[in-house]
Amino acid sequence: MSAPLRVWKTWKLFVNGQFPRSESGRYDVVKDASGATVANVCRASRKDLRDAVEAARAAFPGWAARSAMNRGQILYRIAEMLDGRRAELAALLGKGGEREVDAAVERWIHYAGWTDKYQALLGTVNPVAGPWFNFSMAEPSGVAVAFAPEDSPLLALTSLVAPLIAGANTCIAILSESAPLPGLLFGEVLATSDVPAGVLNLLSGRRAEILPHAAGHRDVNTLLVASPTAAEAKLAQEEGAGNVKRVHCIAAPSGGWSAPEAQGLAWIERGQEIKTVWHTMQL
Amino acid sequence: MATRTKREKPAAAPESPRAQRFVYAPAPESADHVRRLERYDLFVDGKFRPASSGKRFATVNPATEETLAEVAEAGAKDVELAVQSARKAYEKTWSKLSGAERGRYLFRIARLIQEQSRELAILETQDGGKPIVESRDVDLPLVAAHFFYYAGWADKLEHAFPGRRVRSLGVAAQVIPWNFPLLMAAWKIAPALAAGNTVVLKPAETTPLTALHLARICQEAELPPGVVNVLPGAGETGAALVAHKDVNKVAFTGSTEVGKQIQRAIAGSSKRLTLELGGKAANILLEDAPLDQAIEGIVNGIYFNQGHVCCAGSRLLVHESILEEVQRRLERRVKTLRVGDPLDKNTDIGAINSKPQLEKIRALVQSGVDEGAVLHQPACELPRAGYWHPPAFFSGVTTSHRIAQEEIFGPVLAILSFRTEAEAIAKANNTTYGLSAGIWTRKGSKVFEMASKLRAGVVWANTYNRFDPASPFGGMKESGFGREGGLHGLAPYVEVLS
Repeated sequence: MSAPLRVWKTWKLFVNGQFPRSESGRYDVVKDASGATVANVCRASRKDLRDAVEAARAAFPGWAARSAMNRGQILYRIAEMLDGRRAELAALLGKGGEREVDAAVERWIHYAGWTDKYQALLGTVNPVAGPWFNFSMAEPSGVAVAFAPEDSPLLALTSLVAPLIAGANTCIAILSESAPLPGLLFGEVLATSDVPAGVLNLLSGRRAEILPHAAGHRDVNTLLVASPTAAEAKLAQEEGAGNVKRVHCIAAPSGGWSAPEAQGLAWIERGQEIKTVWHTMQL
Repeated sequence: MATRTKREKPAAAPESPRAQRFVYAPAPESADHVRRLERYDLFVDGKFRPASSGKRFATVNPATEETLAEVAEAGAKDVELAVQSARKAYEKTWSKLSGAERGRYLFRIARLIQEQSRELAILETQDGGKPIVESRDVDLPLVAAHFFYYAGWADKLEHAFPGRRVRSLGVAAQVIPWNFPLLMAAWKIAPALAAGNTVVLKPAETTPLTALHLARICQEAELPPGVVNVLPGAGETGAALVAHKDVNKVAFTGSTEVGKQIQRAIAGSSKRLTLELGGKAANILLEDAPLDQAIEGIVNGIYFNQGHVCCAGSRLLVHESILEEVQRRLERRVKTLRVGDPLDKNTDIGAINSKPQLEKIRALVQSGVDEGAVLHQPACELPRAGYWHPPAFFSGVTTSHRIAQEEIFGPVLAILSFRTEAEAIAKANNTTYGLSAGIWTRKGSKVFEMASKLRAGVVWANTYNRFDPASPFGGMKESGFGREGGLHGLAPYVEVLS
């Protein structure tokens, strides 16, 4: 008996907890180092982005309303599921793949532990002069779009989106253009991790095509662009100004994406707004 | 006038003994103590100097339309000189001082402001039109307090960012509006200097005087030359300043429209940006609102500083069960507001800051009438000269009316009603802005619930328009980003290294 004919996977987007194809019907070909075709992936369109933003917006109130503890548990579940797909992901990542998966697992655990702690560090009680109890607290900005860099397709993606969703934002990530498969496989991790539909959406496609639409989208609050070219950074701010978007252009960390500086409170802070409430103590 | 517009005639006979009008004798603050100059120069590198172009513009008292002074107008060349001087001061002196030393200068400035506060308050009122009771009792105490507050942070930055290394950014370009001229200068300069930056400040073209007096105070405090530079001018000056390539940080307070232009203009640069922009705040009265206090809060929310307040409570959302009573009470209260000479200590509503602003307010009021809302406006005698607008409110407003969507920046309130709290939240958040909001209810738990659902950077519960140097201020959505005041107000002026 010869081995059964291999079943090839159809690689699709991950939007609203489901795996749709691009509405555009377009695809890009992913090749390996030798130039051989590995897979066809969806080339997400402007409409796909808009659908994803809609899903993320719809998911936002529910995600933000969950207890911080619950969000932490879900992030930890992502780490568990990710660890379970270690071999498959490492094979897709190639050389150094195992190390990258381990670092990504570590990072999800790191942020799982942050979900109920950053508030205490970013918030303050303010001693105002008068009969008011005044305090400031961190709240999520809302919907974020993150453009992953070309390198470290799993770890950099994790580094960008984990702090956003740990901080109760919902998110759309545009995957590494040259190596989208680890990110797309990560969608399968998310689908089995109790992450509510729409909280984190993944699009494969071309940065140059999607960036102007993401930056100009009026219902996106935050835009992260990793390792942008000078032109991309300029475009992100220019188009982002249309709705006073919080635009963050993020250079690759000097120690690489696995360095400690690629994680932590400052990364969560990017997706937070400070709300100050004055409570009158005497009526 | 349209029949739906409700404008009463000056009351011939009092409706009831309680409605009797009090007659106030004039009580103007005397202005003879003020050292106002006929000509003001730019403040660059610790010295006052005319504009390179020799150009000057007149700054006018909006209550009298008289020219107060001729002020040098900074051009591109002056921007160059000011940024150079700020850079030099940053490299050579200011960044080399210890935090404690920087703090000492800021404490000195705070003290000098307190000493000169009466003079500054009068100047503020003359130049901007705001009632003297506001400039004297709100603006100036807050100005001094802001410097005093951030003076204390200067040697404690390691406590502000525990576990992280931070450093100052360099030269900050700061552009401020005309509604709180000196207070906005304080909000900009104090945290910037405390964190170790030097600044070039552009005050608004209609209100440059107090910023220039603050420059003099910097001189008197022996602040090293170039640490603070002040460049009066209009939009063009501001545009040249924020575009200057040797600026590290841009901080702007003003309209959302200009804020967007600035965000676009500095796109692609490494300049850090904070924006404090417009608002269309909802002031929400729940069914059980404490009405006596709420009426005062509504009045303070929209008529404070002629409504020239980005966080003004310009949309009043009232539970339908108390709508009639609130409108009746408000109508009665608004009649007692005194519009007139800003220097008079009995004045509640002063002059509109400028003619273009008055025209903008009038146009939006007209749009409210045209779109079918009902205008309530007491008949008040307005001075002949100057720019004035009586306090007004609209009933019968819907969310699609321009007066419910656009920032009027004047003493004009739009009243909407709601039936359920979910509806109140939906209406409150139905705006591109997200600066502030108010909630009035006797139930503490309700306050927390509503406050958590409002998309606004500042929420006042059973009060409105309160400010404090220790309290962070700033918006969500198109009201801008970054915070001013409090611990959070330091972050925009430092770079976190690790």
